Amino acid sequence: MATEPATSGNGASIVVEELVKRFGDFIAVNAVSFQIRRGEIFGLLGPNGSGKSTTIRMLCGLLTPTAGRARVVGLDVATQAEAVRQRIGYMSQKFSLYNDLRVVENLNFFAGLYGVKGSLLSERTEWALRMAGLAGSEQTLTRELAGGWKQRLALGCAVLHRPQVLFLDEPTAGVDPLSRRQFWQLIHEMAADGVTILVTTHYMDEAEYCNRLALVDAGRIVAAGTPTAIKRTAIAGDLLLVECAPLGHGLDVIKSAPGVLDAAVFGAVLHVVVSAAERARTELPAYLNAQGIRVDRIDAIAPSLEDAFVALTGGSRLIDEPAQ
Amino acid sequence: MNLRRVAAMGRKELIQIRRDPRSLAIVVLLPLIQIVLLGYGARLDADHIPTCVYDQESSQDSQALLKRFQASRYFDVRKVVHDYRILVAAVDAGRCKLGLVIPWDFSRRVADAGHTAVQAVVDGTDNNSAQLAVGYAQAVVGAYASDVQLEWFAVHRLPRQAAAPLVVDYRTWFNEELESKNFIIPGTVALVMVLMGALLSSLTIAREWERGTMEGLIATPVTAAEIMIGKLLPYMLIGVFDALLCTMLAVGWFAVPFRGAIGTLLVVTIMFLTVILGIGYMISVATKSQVGASQYALLVTLMPTTMLSGFAFPVDQMPVPIQAVTYLVYSRYYVSALKKIYLAGSGVLDLWPQILALAIYASVIGLFATRAFRKSLQ
Repeated sequence: MATEPATSGNGASIVVEELVKRFGDFIAVNAVSFQIRRGEIFGLLGPNGSGKSTTIRMLCGLLTPTAGRARVVGLDVATQAEAVRQRIGYMSQKFSLYNDLRVVENLNFFAGLYGVKGSLLSERTEWALRMAGLAGSEQTLTRELAGGWKQRLALGCAVLHRPQVLFLDEPTAGVDPLSRRQFWQLIHEMAADGVTILVTTHYMDEAEYCNRLALVDAGRIVAAGTPTAIKRTAIAGDLLLVECAPLGHGLDVIKSAPGVLDAAVFGAVLHVVVSAAERARTELPAYLNAQGIRVDRIDAIAPSLEDAFVALTGGSRLIDEPAQ
Repeated sequence: MNLRRVAAMGRKELIQIRRDPRSLAIVVLLPLIQIVLLGYGARLDADHIPTCVYDQESSQDSQALLKRFQASRYFDVRKVVHDYRILVAAVDAGRCKLGLVIPWDFSRRVADAGHTAVQAVVDGTDNNSAQLAVGYAQAVVGAYASDVQLEWFAVHRLPRQAAAPLVVDYRTWFNEELESKNFIIPGTVALVMVLMGALLSSLTIAREWERGTMEGLIATPVTAAEIMIGKLLPYMLIGVFDALLCTMLAVGWFAVPFRGAIGTLLVVTIMFLTVILGIGYMISVATKSQVGASQYALLVTLMPTTMLSGFAFPVDQMPVPIQAVTYLVYSRYYVSALKKIYLAGSGVLDLWPQILALAIYASVIGLFATRAFRKSLQ
């Protein structure tokens, strides 16, 4: 059976098997399974409410699984939660540091809780300050920090004790793009040091930074693999970008056009999956014009994760506002 | 139990108290306000009771009685009227708390048998003051009557002892000037412990939930017991500090005697704080909201402490069923210990019943409190 300790053999540092979480009648996580290797950055990509946070919370021992099991660095999350917590770092979706504490006070507090002591304490605190770019701001009240700095301080607090595994739940939600890039730079450095990282996100561009991904929808994993593999397998044909007017009517018409497998609105344009791109590019404009639809642009494009997600879930979107 | 984690927890809590003006006010100002308010405001003795007199007889004897009322500092004779209706109207309007009617046959009845009957019309809206007013009036009239009797016996050359059958010593009724203050102020320490302890400990867990810091906290290896002890220890220290502050004020400012030992005070205070902080903490765990928790905590702790602990209302003057209930009120044991330490100078051995009761409460509540909180988001 595939129950060998996670750190042995295949080198998996997180093993999740048929994990289920039920809240009353609602199934938040529905028989989810995956494995993450040591030093790997693994992403859970899915819309809000798809069960990403619930999965991470079970892996941190904050919620008890209804069924199934999960091992983190070889320890069972349901029965060995405290031992798990000593070896992991966790950044929750909502900022959970103390706003009324100074930067250094937050670091010292978490260092104390993780039992970081003596000379290691000042070394790790200084490291965290440098990493977060907060050297010189030790005495700043945390509430006065801007979003990006807060996120990095939270990351610093989560890794003071050099955890083997890092759980990041929507770590860059509400953070500006520049800070997001810097944040991901840090994540990659830690992974290079051998830290296993599980990150949830609903940003497609962020998901591209992951070594491997699982696409989650309504509590289920709908696809898993490298971002490239997911995009390649999810779209069963070629992808076209179509700019036309009127858009809504255009969508209805294009769905019934010959050679069209699927179509969806992406902002002000349509993404159309066709069996053959070149043929469709020549045939579609005429077909649409005949139905009174003006075509302004039609191009073959590379599929994004959003396209893959739409194709896999039959219409679900990662984020509520339309992507560009 | 990892002491480093407990210390980290406690230090964080202290920093948060220091940065929160409301908590700071509860810690420092509350004891001062309570002691001063109750030291000055809640005297149960009444003096300068506004009094109105209707002297129907206007004789030498009745004037002598009236002079005694005027001389007493418990009465302030505002008005001498000549109509019963005016007297009643004055009491009704609240201009006087006590209306005194000296009957037209006052001197004859005093001369005949020494039996005097004086009518007192009392404003009973404040039951306590009314009782005191009547008591004081009885004492003044009684003292006058017995003097008259003694004089009468002296004139008739009768032996004094036989002659004064009913000289009641009213001195117990006449509170010595400071007695009620001495009675109230030691109990105020209990009130401060309850207000400060229950209020602040009821915020501890609820605040973490409300500010969204709980999730990060329970994802660390800190245990539930370490969270509890680390969070409550600072309030224990603050409580002890407040108890000493109150005692300094009581002794230094209000000249309340402190005849016991500080050590005894600390022993019972720490036990009592364990109970109060445990209750506040459990309520905080259960409600998860700061406003809700603080209200429940005050309801559960402050109400019984003010009403049923003997803090202001002596337990032995309560109806018997209520007296039975007071045995369940943990504050009762602390209040009684406080009064004994302050006024009687009792030591740990004298206070064994109180200490035993507090120890039982502290262990039971402490046990429940350590099991109250589970590190889970559910």
